[in-house]
Amino acid sequence: MAWRCGWPFCSSTQEAKLSSILVKGARVIDPASNLDAKRDILIRERKIARIEKSVADRKSRVINARDLIVVPGLIDLHCHLRDPGRPDEETIATGSNAAIAGGFTSICCMPNTDPVIDNDGIVNYIYKEAARVGLCDVFPIGSITKGRAGKELTEFGELLRAGVKGFSDDGDTVADNNVFRHALEYSRVFDVPIFEHPLDKSLAQDGLMNEGLVSTRLGLKGSPAIAEELIVARDIMLARFTGARLHFCHISTEGAVNLIRKAKKDGVRVTCETCPHYFYFNDGVLESFDTNYKVNPPIRSEDDRQAIIEGLKDGTIDCIATDHAPHCQAEKELEFANAPYGMIGLETAVSLVTMELINKQKMSWLDVIAKMTVNPARAIGVKTGQISVGAVANIAMIGPDRKWKVSVDKIRSRSKNTPLLAKELRGRVKSVIIRGAVKYSMTD
Amino acid sequence: MNPRNPKKDLVGIENLSVDEINQYLDLADNFLEVLARPIPIVPSLRGKTILTLFFEASTRTQISFSIAAKRLSADVVNFSQATSSVKKGETLLDTARNIEAMKVDGVVVRHSAPGAAKFLGEHLDAFVVNAGDGGHEHPTQALLDLMTMRRHFGSFKKLNVLIIGDISHSRVARSNIFGLKTLGARVAICAPPTFIPVEMKSMGVDVFYNLDEVIRDFDVIMALRIQLERQQGGLFPSVREYRTLYGLTRERVKRMKPKSMIMHPGPTNRGVEIDPDVADGERSLILEQVKNGVALRMAVLFIHAGGKIE
Repeated sequence: MAWRCGWPFCSSTQEAKLSSILVKGARVIDPASNLDAKRDILIRERKIARIEKSVADRKSRVINARDLIVVPGLIDLHCHLRDPGRPDEETIATGSNAAIAGGFTSICCMPNTDPVIDNDGIVNYIYKEAARVGLCDVFPIGSITKGRAGKELTEFGELLRAGVKGFSDDGDTVADNNVFRHALEYSRVFDVPIFEHPLDKSLAQDGLMNEGLVSTRLGLKGSPAIAEELIVARDIMLARFTGARLHFCHISTEGAVNLIRKAKKDGVRVTCETCPHYFYFNDGVLESFDTNYKVNPPIRSEDDRQAIIEGLKDGTIDCIATDHAPHCQAEKELEFANAPYGMIGLETAVSLVTMELINKQKMSWLDVIAKMTVNPARAIGVKTGQISVGAVANIAMIGPDRKWKVSVDKIRSRSKNTPLLAKELRGRVKSVIIRGAVKYSMTD
Repeated sequence: MNPRNPKKDLVGIENLSVDEINQYLDLADNFLEVLARPIPIVPSLRGKTILTLFFEASTRTQISFSIAAKRLSADVVNFSQATSSVKKGETLLDTARNIEAMKVDGVVVRHSAPGAAKFLGEHLDAFVVNAGDGGHEHPTQALLDLMTMRRHFGSFKKLNVLIIGDISHSRVARSNIFGLKTLGARVAICAPPTFIPVEMKSMGVDVFYNLDEVIRDFDVIMALRIQLERQQGGLFPSVREYRTLYGLTRERVKRMKPKSMIMHPGPTNRGVEIDPDVADGERSLILEQVKNGVALRMAVLFIHAGGKIE
């Protein structure tokens, strides 16, 4: 058992004793250097020391990585850790554990906690707690407005000094046009991105699923695609007007992809993400009335799903994030209308990406991994997300053909709200190295 | 004529075959004869316990099911609570587990949440009959409507049915559309677009906005109850305007096709979607629907409780 204490420097004394690690024979995918080839990687002193066709080093612990794909530690721009606020659903500790099992070495946690991440005290708490847990990097996203109330801006400067990587009122759109204009303008002082959750509440109302043929048949109240697209259009106009950096969370509709494609062509400083459930499922899955499919924005039509894949392929969609949203079982077991929105996703993202994008030959590993490493790193201005000599040794090893069956026992997140339970998936993370130490090894 | 391997539950009409629908309707026709006897009771379900579980206010549907169960000699327990149990801190799953522990044979459930009946059916060994789940389905209402149409018109071939009203929020409309399409009738709806859900045309349903232009083309005109609270939701401006545009007034009914009939799932808002003298008039099948409802529900309970005809 590792000795634990609340001070960050303790973990570094522990890491000082690390032996070097030699990862042998892997197919290394590094989008930053456009590398996709068999390489050996030598890791020494928390950093990557050598990347060569063949490395011999007798003093190192050798990891045989033949048949594995080695990628930079994945970066998730969007997850909910429920900490502080709902330790029965997730904590920084359980969320970090889930993250590394999914190959993530850095995760951004959204500020819709209780209390909201709108002051440096909460930011300090998250960093301290993440250091105590000592697994992946946890980067807080601060709220745009105090209490996420959509009225007064938070202290961007103080929050950034404390370590937030961006600002978002995720869960809600900043509905007031003037407040959002000011948020974008004020962000230019720091050139930091504003993460918008685009959904017009008055149009979406309390829609439970995508508005379309399936919602009409099931009699479940629909949330129309236009509710997302209206805000995307508004925000693009405001981003162009203010010159600020804008990042759209969880894009789910064809119209939104088209608007963003055009905005990028026009030179607006806009980036966006989607989530695996928007390119893996279509709204037909709601026929089961399984509340684990109830997410916000909703799982859209097959046309939208195809448009999302198209957007990923042509680069309109920069990042794949999880929107990991843990909810306790009792709340998800309520009737469809009363159950909360969200599904967990940290531990299944690699599988869904493998099955839908790679195995169906829609995208290459290089292009997919870019959307889970360098692109999100760029969005939040961190230097990780690459495998290069001298870089911090954060890597994930993926068994691309590995079959596994999702089960409550295997899920490390404290919440188990995924519709993938009991489903057989392909592609699984086998091992994760963070700052030169093996932090995760698949056990089953 | 004993029923063939029914599904455990009756959750909706959408997934029923022509044969399955006809089986309910044929048996219901037989039970209508039973109901005409001096002592209208058969012993088919003696010893079976049926629970009617209504989480939404309803009088006629619950009474109709209770009478149907009693006519089959089943023991009936009625429970109704206008609010969802969730407000008491008990989930529908808890409710299901409690019902399971009390060993009832069948549950008739009404709930405001779409999918509630399916959910209960998946968690109970007892058979479940959906008596309305939110805006999703109300299968026994549709079956009794189909029964009424079949008895009156003989067949669904070339039968033109127009449904008027708030289709978006109507489980009755949905179930009727599924059933009528399956049986080969032509279905159309007429309402302001604010009452019409998207993609109606891809379900094979014709959509009209102007009632006066199409009223003479249909054999059956089914008016739905207008929920007055939709006015606050901005879906229609006023009851007066609704009546002017879509109400079955005496003048409008005069322009209907000869021999065409009027139906309404009840309860009616007299003077809103239908005028009192129209509801009680010679074209009205409304009380016929109510009468057939008991026989139809007997058929449903009989089939799902595994009744045998001696």
